[in-house]
Parts: sequence; structure tokens; C-alpha cells
Amino acid sequence: MTTKFIKGNEAVIIGALYAGCDAYFGYPITPASEIAHAAAKWFPSCGREFLQAECETASINMVYGAASAGALAMTATSGPGFSLMQEGLSYMAGAGLPAVVVTVMRAGPGLGNVYPEQADYNQAVKGGGHGSYQCLCLAPANAQEMCDLTIEAFRLSVKHRTPAVVLADGLIGQMMETLTLPEKMCERPDTTSWSVQGTAKTRPNLITSIYLDAPTQEKFNIDLQRKYATYTEDVRSESYLTDDAEIVLIGYGISSRIARTAAEQLRKEGIRAGVFRPITLNPFPTATLAAVLDGRKALAVELSAGQFRDDALMHLARDAKQYHDIPLCHRMGGVVVTVDEVVAAAKKVMGR
Amino acid sequence: MKEIKTVGMYETFDRSGKHTRATHYCAGCGHGIVHKLVTEAMVELGLQDRTVMVNPIGCGVFGYYYWDCGNIGAAHGRAAAVGSAVNRVRPDAVVISYQGDGDLAAIGMNHTFQSANRGEHMAVIFINNAIYGMTGGQMAPTTLVGMKTKTSPFGRDPLTMGYPIHVCETLNQLRAPVYITRVSVADTRRIMQAKAAIRKALEIQRDGKGYAFVEVISPCPTNLGLSPVKAAKFCIEQMEQEFPLGTLRDNTAEATPRAAPAPKPTPQEYFESGETALPPATVDPGFKELRLKFTGFGGQGILSLGICVAEAARMERRFTSWYPSYGPEQRGGSAQCSVVISGTPIGCPAVDHPDVLVCMNRPSYERYIGDVVPGGLAIVDSTVPLEVKPPEGVRVVQMSAIDLAIELGVPKAANTMMLAALMELGATGLKPEHLQSALDASFKKKPELVEKNRALLKEAVNWLKEHVGNPR
Repeated sequence: MTTKFIKGNEAVIIGALYAGCDAYFGYPITPASEIAHAAAKWFPSCGREFLQAECETASINMVYGAASAGALAMTATSGPGFSLMQEGLSYMAGAGLPAVVVTVMRAGPGLGNVYPEQADYNQAVKGGGHGSYQCLCLAPANAQEMCDLTIEAFRLSVKHRTPAVVLADGLIGQMMETLTLPEKMCERPDTTSWSVQGTAKTRPNLITSIYLDAPTQEKFNIDLQRKYATYTEDVRSESYLTDDAEIVLIGYGISSRIARTAAEQLRKEGIRAGVFRPITLNPFPTATLAAVLDGRKALAVELSAGQFRDDALMHLARDAKQYHDIPLCHRMGGVVVTVDEVVAAAKKVMGR
Repeated sequence: MKEIKTVGMYETFDRSGKHTRATHYCAGCGHGIVHKLVTEAMVELGLQDRTVMVNPIGCGVFGYYYWDCGNIGAAHGRAAAVGSAVNRVRPDAVVISYQGDGDLAAIGMNHTFQSANRGEHMAVIFINNAIYGMTGGQMAPTTLVGMKTKTSPFGRDPLTMGYPIHVCETLNQLRAPVYITRVSVADTRRIMQAKAAIRKALEIQRDGKGYAFVEVISPCPTNLGLSPVKAAKFCIEQMEQEFPLGTLRDNTAEATPRAAPAPKPTPQEYFESGETALPPATVDPGFKELRLKFTGFGGQGILSLGICVAEAARMERRFTSWYPSYGPEQRGGSAQCSVVISGTPIGCPAVDHPDVLVCMNRPSYERYIGDVVPGGLAIVDSTVPLEVKPPEGVRVVQMSAIDLAIELGVPKAANTMMLAALMELGATGLKPEHLQSALDASFKKKPELVEKNRALLKEAVNWLKEHVGNPR
């Protein structure tokens, strides 16, 4: 068992290599640049392709090209770059192409700053480009998951022939932790039936997202929605100290870790707090969350204006007929919510 | 009548209805001719199976209804980026990017320029008809001065709309392209020249020699509002004035085919050989979590000091996290990092209330000293005046890190001095030999400094024994 003490950003590339990723296309941006640095060094060292693109639009379209040719490809970026990539993500969703995009969220809108935020939730989870599509979305909370969920993102993206987003934040990307390397390489998927490789066998294949005939385009959309409905079998989440909890803190990524420490603190102060954290944001772990909450008090913790809380509420109300509102403990603009703030907010919810 | 079997194009072009050989192009349009020339070159060179055609957005969007080869539809302007990637993951593929003037020279100009500059292995066929076709006759980057279009209804005024872009001439400024030429399909003689050029561009791909660019002046009667004959005449008489035909560069003879890549290790071989790795952390709920914060100016080695402590904790199989300040902060001004050492998986990696605070400058002392928990320890450089009182129950030790490092002749080693203080004061609870090993390991890339820093560490410990006395 080999371990490495590395940044979350670097762990992404180890995961990508073990997943069998053939090519990385990227453009520098803080706080995601270490992913490109690691790829620039480790991809060629393992005989894989690395290319620094001229912009994020190029990066994502290169990913589109490599995926069209049946290769496993990825890119990584942060907010401003992720916005530019939405065009390509929509095309990939439309053309049925697997690929992985890692976005390490920073504060916005606009240029914002490079400190951690979680405000690109909707863009990543709901499909930030044009059309009725959505990306698979996984939310790592530590260096190990930056690696493991990158591997899982490739697996799911190939399985469903659609792009997958690994939604991290500046804190998870920049911090160093111990990574245990994956035990084995992933098996190479066979893409010959649909990809365009420049071979006799793949000559009849076509990659496109155009259906000029409206009913045909509608059918494609209906099929897409059907496909999305099957994602629930890949749902993942983690519950911590929730069995006897009187209040459940909900959050993903870095927020879930702050909530974890806050829950431990609250228990010391006599409040039985637990934490629920979605690991997949799309598919959203609605059933598990509903079962964990079960009418108990809840508090959402996030580094954004409530995008995550609102989505959780939408899922709970629509699919589990639970909850009209959940209070929010949040900070924005690159200010990281503190354990003290979460503890105080939870006490307020509990009326203590 | 004898049936002639089609090769390189599909039997029927279903774009315009089942079982027809009619294209979707207007009468007199140059696209159909260029499609045929590309097909002929592909077939004559035996490249049909190897060819990956990247179709654009524009009138050429439906190329895949005609070309019997692998086809990819790219987003508007992105064909050059898409094609670049295809060849990089399929080096045996013959990649053709087929693009019009709006696609290639307006929205996609940067991708065109950058892919040419990288010398991507790709043949680019550039249809220049001086106007947008599919969207209905708007001004193109190659629209001639004075030419009226839907978006230049009073004629293209170069003072406000710029001049026609000369793509071949622009790309000819770059070193990497192998072949750059401009041809026309406005009459038979020109079509024959165009065919030779397209064939050459594909030969360059067949031989793995690099980037080839063929601009084709092509008539668009519909959007020019001209008859097919007059549109062809416009190409010859007016477009060629602006865009002279001819080969700007042909380095085919000198260009060398790309070499096959050398074999490389697998990720397992690459990451799991050589150095012995530390074992993963073990769960030890009885261990009291220790939260440390290291603060100072950028360049004082604050971040590497934190890593050193974290690595030592890993040697004792503790859960460990290290979280730095980053971005512009890292490149000047203040620097700080948080280290958490725990017996269980770590929650919040940011340290708001440190058990141990290390301060290497005055601003960080004044900013963070109030956060230290009762019973905690602050190690502060002796250049920092302790005007701000520490909270009740916090021990403050002053360590001559900066001055001692200067005195010992290694001003950059002030962080090693601080490590000595952490070690001597037992501040981390970690074994001194582990902190020592972690320090050694931090100079993995500069082994000549290992001995030097060991000596410095020893000097600092001696200084502490003399000036601070017993560890707590």
C-alpha cells in the first residue's frame, strides 16, 4: 500500500492516470493550476498526452475531440474557466461523449478572488450550458476523494456516455493530506462501437448533436431525461453521527468537514448533532437524506448564497414530501465559514 | 446504363431526402466541388479508413452526409481545437478540418492560429467565400472592402469594420506549418490546381509531417446575390485582387515524419517504485487532536515548516492535514498555514483556535495571538515586540529564529530554527527523530543541504537550552 502526502489538486491526476485517462487539456487558473502542473509532469511520464490549450474554450473542445476519438480525456479549471467550458459540456452531453471536468471553485461572480467558495453549484449540478442536459457531479471532501472520485467520475461518465464534473473548492484543492494510491489500474473501456478513431471499424461512426427534425430532437431529449433518471443507482453519500442526532448538518465538500468538527463540538456541549454529506450531487442522494432527516431539525452549511440548500429542499419537497425550509449557515466571497459560526447557528436552530 | 459505384462518398445523400444524389448546397456553390476534391484525394491516397473529418458549423456542417469516413461535428469555430486533440490521441488518423470563413477566421481564429503554431498534424481546408452562408449573408472576416452584406448594408467600411483578414499570410508568420497555399474553384483550371493542393495537404498527413493549410476561394451565388457564373467571376476578378492565389510555403521535402513515442512506465510502475512510502494513518480515538498555525511573511519558509511537522506526524501514523494560504498571498505579503494532527479523520482543516501558534513577524503575532486556546503555546520570533498581551493561560516563548539564522550564515534557515524550538519545547508531541527525518526529507531535492540543516538544528537547540531553559 503506497501513500503520498499531496495536495488535493495533485491527487486528481493520480486518480486520472489510474482511471486510464489518455489525455489532459488545460489552461492555468488559480486555485486549480496544480492539477495542470501535475498533469504536465505525470501524464507524459506515463506515456499519456498533455497539452496546454490557448484558453478554456479550446481545452473543453479538445476534450470533446479526444472523447470523440474514443479516448478518455479530462480538463480542470475554476469558475471563470468553467463558465467558458459550458459550451463544450453542452455539446458533449448532446453528442453522448464521456469526459471528466474538475472544477475547483473560487469566489465569484466575475473575477471574484481565488479563495474557496461553493457558488458554482448550479452550473455544475444543473447543466450550466444551453439545453435540457445535466452533468454527473461528484463532490470530494479530501485528497483521497479527489483521486477516488476522479476515477469514479470516469467510470460513471463512460457508463452513461455523458460528461462528469468533479466539483471541488479551493480549500480541498490546495490542502495536503495523505493519499493511499489506488490498488489497481482501471480496465480500458471499449469505445469502438461509437467513437471515430480513424480506423476501418469506426469509419461509419458519427459524433454530432444535431437533429434538424424537431420531433427527432424531442425524442433525443426524452431519451436524455430517461437516462438521467437511471443515475439514482450510482448515488453516494456519507452520514456521520446521525443515528441519534437531534439536528443534522447538511453540506458537501469542505463545508461538510467544517460541519463535522462543529458536530463534535456540539456534542461536547450536549447537543446531539450529526452530519449528512452528499458525495454525488447529481444524482442527489434524496432518499438517504430524507431517511436521515426524517423530520429532524436541519441546518445547511455552505460557502454560497444557498444554492445547495435550495437544491436539497427541492429534492426533499418534490421526491420525499419533506421540509418547506431549512435554515442556512453560510459565508461567501472567499470567507470560509468557521466551526464557531456553525456551532452558534445550530444552537440557534435548537433554541439554546 | 452501367451503374458506377461510389467510393469515398455515400451512395445517396440523405440530407436532401432519401435516395438522392443532390447535395444541400445551392447551385453554383463551391462547397460541392471542394467536397469532391477532398474525396478524390482521400480515395486516391488510400486514406479513407484513416480519415477523421471534423465538420464545422456553417454550410459545411452537413459534410458527414457526403464523406464516407469517420466524421465529427465540432461546435462553431472549434474544429481546430477538436482536430488537434483527435490526432494527439489517434496519431495514425488522418485529420481533416473543413471550415468556412466565419467559423475559421472569426469565432475560431485563435484556435486556427494556435493550432497552426503548434504544428498540429491536421489538414485544414478553409472555404473563403467572403460571406456567411448558413446564417444568411452577413459580413465575414474576409468580406471585401465596400461589399454590401446583411450586416454591412452600406458596404464594409474598413474604418469601423476593419479590413479583410488574410489568413494564409497571417499563418505564414508562424514557424511550424509545413504547407500554406491559396487556391480557387472558380474555373476548371483553378479546380485542377486546387485538387493538387488538397492532395498534397493529405499526403503530408499520410506521412505524418505536420500542419497543412489550404485556403479555397469559393463562390457563394446565393448570398452574393449573383448568378453562378457571375459569382465565379466575382471570385476571379475581385476576390483574387484581395486574396492572391499561390503557395506561400511548402516545406514538404524538408519536413520529417513524427517519431514513434518511446515506451513509458505505467502509473503503478511510476508511482509505486523507488522510495519507501509511509503507512496510512491508524485510528486512535484516545489521541488528543493538535491544531497548529504557522504564520509570517512569504519567503520565510512558513509553508515548508508546516509540511515538515505534518510529515513527522505521518511517520507516527496520525491523520494529518496541511492547509496553506495561496494565490497572490503566497507571492508576497503574509503567509500562513494550518496543520492538524489527529487520531481520527480530520474535519475542519482550517485552524481558527490553535493549540500551537508560530509567529515569524509582528503583524501575524498581533493578528493571531488572541486566537490561541488557554493552555496553548505561542513561539514568536524574538524580533517581534510583545506589545499585545497574550490571552490568559497562553505561554509565549521567544525564539531568535531570524537573527540566529543570520548569525549562523544561513538567513533562509529561520524556519529550521523554529523547528528546533517546536522540537525542544515538545510543542508537537512528535518524536524529535521524526521531526529530524522530516527536515531531512524536505531537502530531498537538495541533498547537499541535509547535513548543513542538521547542524543548524543542533545550534538552535543549544541556543534554546541556553536562553529558554526547560521544556514545558
